[in-house]
Amino acid sequence: MAKDDNGGQLAAADASHHGDVPTGSAVVLKDAFENPGFPTHRERVTDVDPAKARSAQRAVYTLFYLSIVGSIWAIAAYMLFPMESENLGDVRLNNMFIGIGSALALLGIGIGAVHWGKALMADKEGIDLRHPTRGTDETRATAVEVFQLADEESGFSRRTLVRNGLIGALVAFPLPAIVLFRGLAPQDQDPVKNLSHSMWKKGVRLTLDPSGTPVKASDVTLGSAFHIIPEGLADLPHGKMLDEKARASVLLMRLDPSELKVSADRKDWAYDGIVAYSKICTHVGCPVALYEQHTHHLLCPCHQSQFDVTEECKVIFGPAARPLPQLPITVDDEGYLIARSDFTEPVGPSFWERNV
Amino acid sequence: MNTVVSPPASEKVVPATVTGVGSSTVTAKLSNYIDERTSISAVVKEFGRKIFPDHWSFLLGEIALYSFVVILLSGSFLTFFFQASMAEVVYDGSYAPLKGVAMSVAMDSTLNISFDIRGGLLIRQIHHWAALLFVASIGLHMLRVFFTGAFRKPRELNWFIGFVMFVLAMAEGFTGYSLPDDLLSGNGLAIINGMIKGLPLVGTWISFLLFGGDFPGEQIVGRLYTLHILLLPAILVAMLALHLVFVVVHKHTQFPGAGRTQGNVVGYPILPVYAAKAGGFFFIVFGVIVTMASFFTINPIWNYGPYDPSPVSAGTQPDWYIGFADGALRLIPPGLETYWLDRTWSWNIIIPVVGLVVFLAAVAFYPFFEAWVTGDKREHHILDRPRNTPTRTAIGAAGLTFYGGLWIAASSDIIATHFKMTMEGVIHALQFTVVVGPFIAFWITKRVCLALQKKDREIALHGFETGRIVRLPGGEYIEVHQPLDAYEMWELVSYEAYEPAMLRPNPSGKITVGARARSAVSRFFFEDRILPVSKGELEAAHHDH
Repeated sequence: MAKDDNGGQLAAADASHHGDVPTGSAVVLKDAFENPGFPTHRERVTDVDPAKARSAQRAVYTLFYLSIVGSIWAIAAYMLFPMESENLGDVRLNNMFIGIGSALALLGIGIGAVHWGKALMADKEGIDLRHPTRGTDETRATAVEVFQLADEESGFSRRTLVRNGLIGALVAFPLPAIVLFRGLAPQDQDPVKNLSHSMWKKGVRLTLDPSGTPVKASDVTLGSAFHIIPEGLADLPHGKMLDEKARASVLLMRLDPSELKVSADRKDWAYDGIVAYSKICTHVGCPVALYEQHTHHLLCPCHQSQFDVTEECKVIFGPAARPLPQLPITVDDEGYLIARSDFTEPVGPSFWERNV
Repeated sequence: MNTVVSPPASEKVVPATVTGVGSSTVTAKLSNYIDERTSISAVVKEFGRKIFPDHWSFLLGEIALYSFVVILLSGSFLTFFFQASMAEVVYDGSYAPLKGVAMSVAMDSTLNISFDIRGGLLIRQIHHWAALLFVASIGLHMLRVFFTGAFRKPRELNWFIGFVMFVLAMAEGFTGYSLPDDLLSGNGLAIINGMIKGLPLVGTWISFLLFGGDFPGEQIVGRLYTLHILLLPAILVAMLALHLVFVVVHKHTQFPGAGRTQGNVVGYPILPVYAAKAGGFFFIVFGVIVTMASFFTINPIWNYGPYDPSPVSAGTQPDWYIGFADGALRLIPPGLETYWLDRTWSWNIIIPVVGLVVFLAAVAFYPFFEAWVTGDKREHHILDRPRNTPTRTAIGAAGLTFYGGLWIAASSDIIATHFKMTMEGVIHALQFTVVVGPFIAFWITKRVCLALQKKDREIALHGFETGRIVRLPGGEYIEVHQPLDAYEMWELVSYEAYEPAMLRPNPSGKITVGARARSAVSRFFFEDRILPVSKGELEAAHHDH
């Protein structure tokens, strides 16, 4: 055990910590070394050389005065560097010069105070004695007595019906508050229904994001890709527009039809090599916005899921589990691209009730 | 233990005049006025000369505290200008490239803070830099506490309180990060939404309630704002107060050294030295944060634009402290989703979420686990040198490797593009790092610790090598070793070692499952151990020569 030779008093305090407390599987050496006590105090250069002490003192008050200069400078910079010109350079100067002044004001105080403490204040280490964290036996006995007395006087253990009633009431009373939180979302909506449909339906034109200009099939050249929103989305109020866009964003690409592997039930979902896929990643819902033209791969920039457009956007790498949903499209009489229907499955990240 | 031991000088420093009502100086009158109404003199007597031990690593917790104060100050300023509304406005501020763009009031007011209020950008950047520093310093503080064993009895609960603050700090960071409603933070919210939706049973409804209907909705910024400036800070401040109360109750730990025992604290008194050093350090931390905010841009939302679910920029990354969670999402292999009982089980979400929760729980409860393994019920106030607890240090290294692998994975795409590697190659290497890396790190760290202990032992027994070769009269060459003085010796030998717990039947003659488990874990912990040099061994070593 760590012993000391700073007077028996410390040894006693030490023993009181470790006296009869279980030591577990600690190894107690019989002939361990003893604490040699404090090494001799080494004086600082400022303690022995008055010139050094004076120079330290000079450094400390200079730093404090520099701090005052910094504060004044920051106030002056506030006035000297206006930023109402709409010139970005002025914003930068305003930011930088107020900042430099404030930083000087703070660092002057900080470094000055620390230097004062380290170089000039008395370099005398002190000792505090520790006491066990647990209360003394006497205190603990009194605490137990208090509880027993309170129990007797209230009958908490004796009057079981009263006690259990109180516990039950205390458990029940927060429940209404929990129910109130149902109001966080609209009462008349069902999240599963909301997630299962988008703005797309039969005949809705594919329009450019964000302008809302309809797209003709002839505009979509081989190898090109377009960010698409449904017709009418751009006219919605902002909040509603974002909600709908979060489900209806589509990427439109044209590939050589011979490169597309089409499954039997999707024969008429593409138009002359033009395919439309949901842009919302099936992993956690980032926009899958990066299209690599020569490999026909789509990459999600958030978690690097990769989808192969030639194979109906099946996942070829990354954490996503499902292909991007395809939007069935065709053209109308005027040659504009239109949806044949809504997506046939919910778009975006998976959710518990997705397959119900 | 009723003996109250006063700091040695306390009686002497109280001038007799203060005790008299008739003292005449302004200071004395004011002190008297306050004391007669608050008993403040008792506080000064108790804590004025309280001793704090010195070590650079003890400053990490102070940095956390001070950056939190900076966050509170700068954050209060920002609330005077920020408007947490998602209503639509058309931007008409000073930043020309975004003029005429439709955006939320939150984004608009954040741009105004940056471009139309003098010093506003500075305060915003101070707030953000301080937040990054806050989480970082809590993390480093926790590592210091872990690797030196400062979490042992009686400080297990304070470790837990600190852990809660670490989680709260990350929550504060994330809620604050999301407030400007810019493209980058909006994508962060989209990811959170996707993660929540992937949780079994409750996910869909939690997302629905959190966002007030569909994602993104028009509620989330206002709700996060309430969390960010009211609820979370209130809990954080309460936890902080509790944390500091416990620091006072337990008194600070100290590193082993001559004269330092489990029963004392050696260091400098609060008044005046610590007041100067710790108070000054607050200003240094504040000053460094302001310097960073003056010169280095952080979170330039004007480059990202307002949130829109459709566009996203390549190379998106969260603030650093969310990196481990984002990385965990990235490392899951493809196709992990099943349909069972008519429900969707998104294993690509469930696995990382459960993994992170288990990891954080392991961090939170480690002190209780180690206390159970050692069975040591004594209080520990002398810190361990990490090498002297090889298994604990190795566990810490394994945890760091796991966390670090996940954290780096949050930049997997940037690593791939900057170092011209394949995306797939980077992900596979990091998957290996996260799964196998911790075991390798454990083994290497444990061996290194044991080797360092052996080296210490060697030095304690035989002294320092001097490099001086002496030829003995018989023609033999020896290198002269310089024996250690008592103080140097003490630093090398004053540690405690544990041995594996013996499996013994309990008083009723049974060997319980718990005892069996404890014995097995104890063997894992302490089978390889180097005991401190004893006096007898040193004696024997001298006789060898």
